[in-house]
Amino acid sequence: MIGSVVGKLAGVGLGVVIAGTLIGFYIANWLLSGPPTYQPPANSAGAHITIQTVAAVGPQLSPNKDWVSYLIRKSGKWQRSTIWTVPANSLVHVTVYQFDGASGLRNAFLSHTQGLVGTAAIDGKPFAQIKPDDASHTFAIPQLGVLVPLEGVADDAKNQCGYAPCDPKTMAHNTITFTFRTGKKGKYRWQCFVPCAAGFQFGFGGPMQTIGYMDGFINVV
Amino acid sequence: MATVDTTRGDGVPHGRRVILIWLVLSAITTPIAAFVIGPLIPPGNDSVQAMGQVFDNQVLIAFTMPITSFVLVVLGYSLIVFRQRDAAAQGVPIRGHSGIQVWWLVVTTTIVLGLAAFGTYELVKDGAGGGQGPSATFLPAHHNQAMDVQVIGQQWEFTYRYPTAGGIEVPHLYLPANTLIRLHVTSLDVIHSFWAVNLGVKADANPGTDNVAYVETRHPTKINIRCAELCGLWHGYMFDERGHVVSQPAFAAWIKQQQQIYGPVSKVLPPYATTYSPEPPLRAG
Repeated sequence: MIGSVVGKLAGVGLGVVIAGTLIGFYIANWLLSGPPTYQPPANSAGAHITIQTVAAVGPQLSPNKDWVSYLIRKSGKWQRSTIWTVPANSLVHVTVYQFDGASGLRNAFLSHTQGLVGTAAIDGKPFAQIKPDDASHTFAIPQLGVLVPLEGVADDAKNQCGYAPCDPKTMAHNTITFTFRTGKKGKYRWQCFVPCAAGFQFGFGGPMQTIGYMDGFINVV
Repeated sequence: MATVDTTRGDGVPHGRRVILIWLVLSAITTPIAAFVIGPLIPPGNDSVQAMGQVFDNQVLIAFTMPITSFVLVVLGYSLIVFRQRDAAAQGVPIRGHSGIQVWWLVVTTTIVLGLAAFGTYELVKDGAGGGQGPSATFLPAHHNQAMDVQVIGQQWEFTYRYPTAGGIEVPHLYLPANTLIRLHVTSLDVIHSFWAVNLGVKADANPGTDNVAYVETRHPTKINIRCAELCGLWHGYMFDERGHVVSQPAFAAWIKQQQQIYGPVSKVLPPYATTYSPEPPLRAG
């Protein structure tokens, strides 16, 4: 009788341990999984980041092929990485190839650049503000006070990109350049403020709520 | 009149001992809690509302000391004195005592109702820094002279509009010192909660709703702002520690500077309103 009870208790205990271990592995895998970290090249003039925004990330780069996304150029290839490591108290020079069309900002205030070193430029022309309805995305690091609205390509533009990666040499896009200063060491999130997640309620689901598409981190080291 | 035998049959006045120990312990812990620990509990003294919350905490924590002390003294005394050392012995039979039961009900009911009345009074006397919806009921004195500032929540940051300064919008909250502020809290998307921690303000930011909260600033200080409503991926990063309460001349200078910086973008903002229904409302594919 007692042996039977002990055996049952041992069985239950073993089951709890196995279940707990499996749950622990699952949570650890979930916590540790994510897009790869990228450290862009840097010299005395600062770090250089080249990114593109695409309306659909495509099957090559994500199981969610229709999700809008940022991509970064690494060793000449476009990759889906939104966690970048840059030096502290230094300049970061950013080039954005903006392939997506306009969605429009929910808050027009975010159509004005903030926190840049110098002036942003679109196709070589300086700008400080765009029409709120023309915004396709923003690149924003709120804790650093950095915000750049990215103007979308015209709806009637020829040769628009379907699935990423998109080729800046042949496909319709805007080229936006800007520079910001990193400041002190820390982990800063960056995000898009445009409700650009097509197919999701309020345009703020899916790729807007998943690190690796329209959101990421700047690790300042 | 029935009397309570607190000697437990052994001639020792256990009841008096317990009460004596409780009184001594309460006399020590209550002032410590009220005047040493209480003032250390946030939110501090950066606004009138924050100071009111600190006072509330002082009163409540002071109130808990005699109650907690009583429970612990009875428990400890029983464990030590009434522990039955003879495993085979029978315990003293426990019988009901209507007098003690009545006293217990009276005392606990009085405490609960008293705290409810105190809490209600503290909450309603000036709104206590909480959001009161579109039509604030509990108004502070001189509320007609309050300065309006709008707080706009969006995924994932707060921005601020100043209707008395041409409706400009700015990324960080600045407030003049020694001024009563009427905050109009709203959202452009999901539900957020505007929490200015050290000012003692917490008000839900609901889309389509003007949630009014009053705060009276005191001295120049930083403002520690967080979102207190789970609102998506970057909820945990939806904080801002760049806001300030500044002197009134410094505030006037700051407003002029912001009008220069954000004047151009103010021209494309919708006219100031208590709520907004931005277009395009969504991109649902």
